[in-house]
Order: sequence, then structure tokens, then C-alpha cells
Amino acid sequence: MTFEIFLQHLSNAVSLGSLYALIAIGYTMVYGILRLINFAHGDIFMLGGYFAFYALTTFLMPWWVGFIVAIGLTAMLGMFIEKVAYRPLRDSPKVSVLISAIGVSFLIESLGVVIFGGIQKAFPIPELFGTVVTIGKIYIVSVNFFIPVIAFVFLVGLMYMINKTKTGMAMRALSRDHETARLMAIDVDKVIAYTFGLGSLLAAVGGIMWGMKYPQLYPLMGVMPGLKCFIAAVVGGIGNITGAVLGGLLIGVLEIMTVAFLPDLTGYRDAFAFILLIIILLVKPTGLMGENLAEKV
Amino acid sequence: MERQKFIRRLLTITAIAISIGLLILFDSILDSYMMRIINLCGIYITLALSLNLIYGFTGLFSLGHAGFMAVGAYTTALLTMSPAQKQMNFFLEPIVPWLANVEWSFFPALMMGGLVAAVTGFLIGAPALKLKDDYLAIATLGFAEIIRIFFTNMQSVTNGPLGLKGLPPYTNMWWTWGIAFISILFMIYLFRGSYGRAFKAIREDEVAAEAMGINLFRHKMLSFTIGSFMAGVGGGLLGNLMGTIDPLMFRFLLAFNILLIVVLGGMGSITGTVISAIVITILMEYLRFLDGPMDLILFKTDGIPGLRMVIFSIMLMVVILFFQKGIMGNREFSWDFLFKPGRLKKNNVEGE
Repeated sequence: MTFEIFLQHLSNAVSLGSLYALIAIGYTMVYGILRLINFAHGDIFMLGGYFAFYALTTFLMPWWVGFIVAIGLTAMLGMFIEKVAYRPLRDSPKVSVLISAIGVSFLIESLGVVIFGGIQKAFPIPELFGTVVTIGKIYIVSVNFFIPVIAFVFLVGLMYMINKTKTGMAMRALSRDHETARLMAIDVDKVIAYTFGLGSLLAAVGGIMWGMKYPQLYPLMGVMPGLKCFIAAVVGGIGNITGAVLGGLLIGVLEIMTVAFLPDLTGYRDAFAFILLIIILLVKPTGLMGENLAEKV
Repeated sequence: MERQKFIRRLLTITAIAISIGLLILFDSILDSYMMRIINLCGIYITLALSLNLIYGFTGLFSLGHAGFMAVGAYTTALLTMSPAQKQMNFFLEPIVPWLANVEWSFFPALMMGGLVAAVTGFLIGAPALKLKDDYLAIATLGFAEIIRIFFTNMQSVTNGPLGLKGLPPYTNMWWTWGIAFISILFMIYLFRGSYGRAFKAIREDEVAAEAMGINLFRHKMLSFTIGSFMAGVGGGLLGNLMGTIDPLMFRFLLAFNILLIVVLGGMGSITGTVISAIVITILMEYLRFLDGPMDLILFKTDGIPGLRMVIFSIMLMVVILFFQKGIMGNREFSWDFLFKPGRLKKNNVEGE
């Protein structure tokens, strides 16, 4: 393997990893606050891609308007799901909420099959993202260059929001203790809704860029990335945003590089993430950056 | 009291006799399509009971059921297929020599399927059962996916993505319902003994159970392994009934159906599981018309694939949001209502 080919793979790996990171943040934020694996997150990611597809093809919007509309719609949908499916179960056992999340996930997938059709759709890639750039001997589709940049921009925005704004502070408070946060006059339901909105927004960004990187949309496209990104969140230490980013990058790089260096294992590509998950759960359940969450009795 | 006990026993025997009679009647008058549904009911009872044992009774939320079923189905299929059939199936890569010439009869193959699934369950449980709730769910789901991915890639053992076709059709009403009856009796027996009670104690409160001297890990492993055994047997029956199996069959979707049955029936109720397994299986077939073309007087649709799944996902959500107890909660059926009108027995009360 020459150095050029390695760089080629590396650019691919970093862009995939950044996508994983964007989606993993949604998981980690929701888990941090509600202790809930939002099973539907991968499907929200899928919806982001489809909304952008329809905005661009059916409604013929300019691509940037279409993308903004799709992201906004997805964020609203995420908040709606939280209100309908998770809020009524706030005081129920953890597993009930998880089952509800599984229900939402299957509902979105099957509704996707009914409404969007089971046949794969080709994502209309705007010219800006579809051109091939040559740097020396490396050929990079420009979207692979844009993905890490856009992901980074959104990350910085998110970090600013979480660390510097009031809402962000409320989110951090909620992830510590709901009761105390409520006593500090934090509107718990509203902040949780914001969290879901924010997570879904990032998932939509991920979905749209996924659509440009792998230009096929189908209703079940969110399942595997969804599971892998949850794993990324666990690997990084669930509840920790920096951890989620690290985990996402790690899984993306691991996946691409294993396939690149050991082509015989291509068929097992999807298994790596799960094996990594199990190792992490057994060796260091708190993840790379996670804090020890005391188990309440 | 003696007389009451006698009447109860008589009623139970009559009920069992009537249900066996009904099954024989169905077997002789219904066509093969209807019989297939009745067979599926029996298989889903076994499968749902196995998940209910793990989740409903012991409180271990496992999403890995499809994996154990895959193990059971593949083991049973590979052991029962004739060498000639195997040769026809494995045209891409020849089958591994140690499997090429085995041909067992159905029962030992089915038990072997269950055993291999139980061993798999044991190996998976040993690390995974240290986790709890949602972490356990995601870890078991991960293991099930790993099993599926390995089955997709082990061309010379499982025939990879092509799957196995033309399994010898052994499954009939006697097998499916016979095993369903055995599973029901086993569950009733189990939950009258100390092991069953220990499982329930773990579900209610792990710390308290441990303080009472219950070895948490051992009991969890036991419940998980028995559950995997039953899932493996159920998977073997299901694969045999279908006639063809491939790795895609054993996706998370299959575990979803079983989860739906358990949640609808009531977590921790054998009666509820049996009722809802029958209801859901019949609904699953009956609602097939939704996926096909429809003539709704005002307008016609030419088939919307996937609509059936929409109904089932909404069903799961409605149950979990509004009727968390399901059909039976954790109560069981008993003849008490004949003696004390309007009262069903609570599960955790002593006695008959």
C-alpha cells in the first residue's frame, strides 16, 4: 500500500468518523439527561436525509435552503417524538421507555417504507459537494473534505452552547440531578425537549451529509449507523460529548482501515463495532472519557 | 377443600383434553395454510415464553433472541438435511466435511439445536449478565448481530447469505403444540419451585434478593441459559416450518415480534403470553391484506408493503404508553373465578 492510497483511505475514514461523531452526540446527550438509549435516533438520521431529498427534488429548493428546511423539520420531529413517546413515561421503569423507543424506531422505519417506498433513492448531490479534487496523487470527492469541516463547525457551536449559555447550563444541571434542577427553577420538560431538538438537528446534518457521501437513501439506512453511533457514544463514555466525538472518529477509522488493510475481513465490517462495544463494556464500562455514574439503589 | 381441589383438577384435565381435541379437529378439517398459522401459534408460544422467562420473570431485558433462534434453526437444519440436499445447497463452496454426511432424525436434531443455543447463551451470558437494563439490552443485541454477521460470512458451514433451502418438512401440529405444551408445563413447574421464586425476587429487587442469599449471577445465568435453550428449539421449529432459512430472517425484527407478544401479554404472566402469542400470530397473518392491493370503495390502492408493520409498532407503543400491564399483568389464569366470583389469582400469592 502506497502512502497516497493510505491518505485516500484516511480522508475517507476521517469523514466517516466525523459523521459518526455527529450522530453519536445525539445519543450521548439524550443518555446523559434521561438515561435512555434513544433507539429512534438512527431513524431520525434517516429522516433528515429523506427530508433533504424531497426538499431538493419535489420542492426544487436551492440546496442550502432545502438543507436548512430539512434540518429544521427533523429537529422539530425529534422534539415531537420526545413529547409523544417518552414524556408520558418519565416516571416509568427504564426498560419501558426503552421499549417505547424501540416502538418509535420500528414505526418510523415502517412508515418510511410506506411513505417513501422501499426502493433506494439517489440523493441529488449539489455541485459544490460532488466535484472531485486532486491534491497531488490523491483524489478526494469534495464532500469528504467538507464533512469534517462542517462537523467541526457544528461541534464548536454545540460546545459554546453547552458551556456558555443558560440552556446549556440547564442541560448540564439536568444530567446531574433532575430534582435539584427542578428546584433551581429549571423547566425540565422544556430543556429535555431542547436536548432532543439539538440531537435531532445534528442527526439531520449527519443524514444529509451521509446522503452525499453514499448517495443512496432507503428507509432502513439508519439502523446500522444508529447502532454504531450508540456504540461510539458508549466507547467514548456515555454522557460525555468529547467522548462521543472521539468514539465516533475511532469507530469510523477502525472500520475503514480494517477493510483497507485486511480486505478478507470485509464481510465482517459491521461486526467490528459490536466486538469493540463488548470489549469496552467488559473492560471499562464507563468508556474512554466517562465518569463513574454511581448506581442508585 | 378436598372437593374443591378435585373439581379444579377435573376442570384442568377437561380443559387440556378439550384443547387437544380442538387441535386434532383443526388438523383434520383445516387446509394447509390455516394449519401453518396454527403451527406458528405453537412456535410463537414457545419463543415468547422463553423471552418472558428471561425478561418478564427474571427482569433481564435481552434483545438477543433472534441470535439464539438463528443458532437453533441452523443447527437443526444442518443436522436434518440429507447429504444430497446439502450438496445441492452448497454450490459456491463445498460444505465442511464434518457436516457433509450427517443426517439425524428430527427430535435429536431439535434438541441439539436447543443445546447449541443454550451453550451460546451461556457463553454470551457469562460476560453480558454483569450488565443491567439498557446496557444489557444493547450488549445482547450486539451479540445477536455478531452471530448473524458470522452466519452470513461462514460460507462453508452455513452457506452464507444464500441460506439453506429445502429443509425436510417434519414440523406438524404435534411437534409445535407438543413443545408449546411442554414449555407451558415446564414454566408452571419452574415457578412453583424455589428457582422460579428466586428469579422473581431478582426481578423485583436485586439487592434484596442478594441479601436473602440468592446467588444473583448463578440464577441469572440459569434463567438466560434455559431461555436460550427454548429459543433455540423454537428457532429450529420455525426454520423447519418455513422450509428455508437465511441470515436475513434473523434480524432484530424477529426479536421485535416476540417482544411485542411478551409486552402485550403482560410481563411475567404465562397465561398472558399464551393468549397474546395466539392473538398476535393470527393478526400477523390476518393483516397481510394490508400489504396487498385494497379496494376501499372510494379509492383503490395497489398494495402498500410495510403497512402491517406500522400497525404493529403502533400497537407496541399504545400498550407501553397506556396499558403497561398488558393483557394479564403478572396474574395467571386459575379456576378461582368459579369459586370466588370476579377475582383472578395474583401471581405472587401462595397456593394452587
